[in-house]
Amino acid sequence: MADKLHFSLVSPARELFSGQVDHVIAPGTEGEFGVLAHHAPFMTTLKNGIVRVLEGDAVKMRIYVRGGFADVTPAGLTILAEEARNLTDAKAEDVDAEIEAARLKLLALDAGDAKHFALHEQIAYLEGIRAALAN
Amino acid sequence: MPSLKDLKNRISSVKSTQKITKAMQLVAAAKLKRAQDAATAARPYAERMAAVLANLAASAGGSGPKLLAGTGKSDVHLVVVMTAERGLAGGFNSYVVKLARQKILSLQAEGKTVKVLTIGKKGREQLSRDLGSLLTGHVNLSDIKGNDFAESAMSVGLMLTKSYEAGEFDVATLIYSQFRNVISQVPTAQQLIPAKAPEGAPTIDLGGAIYAYEPGEAALLEALLPRYINTQILSALLESSAGEQASRMTAMDNATRNAKDLIKALNLKYNRARQAQITKELIEIISGAEAL
Repeated sequence: MADKLHFSLVSPARELFSGQVDHVIAPGTEGEFGVLAHHAPFMTTLKNGIVRVLEGDAVKMRIYVRGGFADVTPAGLTILAEEARNLTDAKAEDVDAEIEAARLKLLALDAGDAKHFALHEQIAYLEGIRAALAN
Repeated sequence: MPSLKDLKNRISSVKSTQKITKAMQLVAAAKLKRAQDAATAARPYAERMAAVLANLAASAGGSGPKLLAGTGKSDVHLVVVMTAERGLAGGFNSYVVKLARQKILSLQAEGKTVKVLTIGKKGREQLSRDLGSLLTGHVNLSDIKGNDFAESAMSVGLMLTKSYEAGEFDVATLIYSQFRNVISQVPTAQQLIPAKAPEGAPTIDLGGAIYAYEPGEAALLEALLPRYINTQILSALLESSAGEQASRMTAMDNATRNAKDLIKALNLKYNRARQAQITKELIEIISGAEAL
């Protein structure tokens, strides 16, 4: 196999992954893109979606991200996600419960509360995770 | 001369105070650990974010969106003062307020208009005494459980960028307590808006290659800057919370030790008084017997 790519994925809360991988596929706002070692410098915004980490041709890890940035430099690929969750340890029931809780919170809000937007985004993110877990 | 009963009451009251301060110290120590972990966990994101921004800002040059380039004037300053929700943490809140006051007064001396936004109850209480007319807003932190500051950081950031776009201020400075280590928290002033790329951030050697941006550079900056500001607020909140616990732990440790000394001194006084009373009674009995 060719050279390895240094890949790290961080969210404001913590660093989810950092290490050497073969291939990463990420959801850019202008389309999915794959990064291998020695990729040209490149920066893009991300949309909600799944970041796939590949080892050879096999998918080693799937992480659901909610927006953010990807930065490819000669040193490797860095993804700054607004929020991210590793799909290998997420459980569908937990996510369902979270969606339910977020919906209840939304109902409890007054119209015009500034939190509406954030909650809607949160729900879209959780539903994205749910959908990703289903397949 | 206090009676024996008075002394006894005082000793027991100091003892219960000591129990409380000891408990507070232990709670603060446990919370400090968690706050410190949260602050450390958030650091990689903040660092990477700063590096990305520095990179992008360097290639954008002097131009760029208003959040980076500024409004071109500096007439109205917004001072964001970040303190804790609770006291009994030594000088923690007072140091931050002191720096804020200095900053506000020096800005006023320069003839600038100053507005103040407080985050955390204690700062508001202290500032409203003499600078109450400048306070424009307040962010309450008391509902936050644990170290889950992400939401408040986002709403503060959103509020700031919105009122900046509306032209309500030209420069925003954040004053918060930077967490160096357990015994040292340094009140720091940091410029939030216009965003400043951190100085001394490592520039990335591209080996002669040219960055490709998707979607354009300007759009990226526009998306990145608000998040960068949110990130700065978030890490300040986390550091401030770690500093508060550290400061409370030290303060309560001192209070516990002080109570211990006080109890020792009071006990000595109590024993002396008791001894004096016994001697007095003995003298009375003996002189009574001699008189017979």
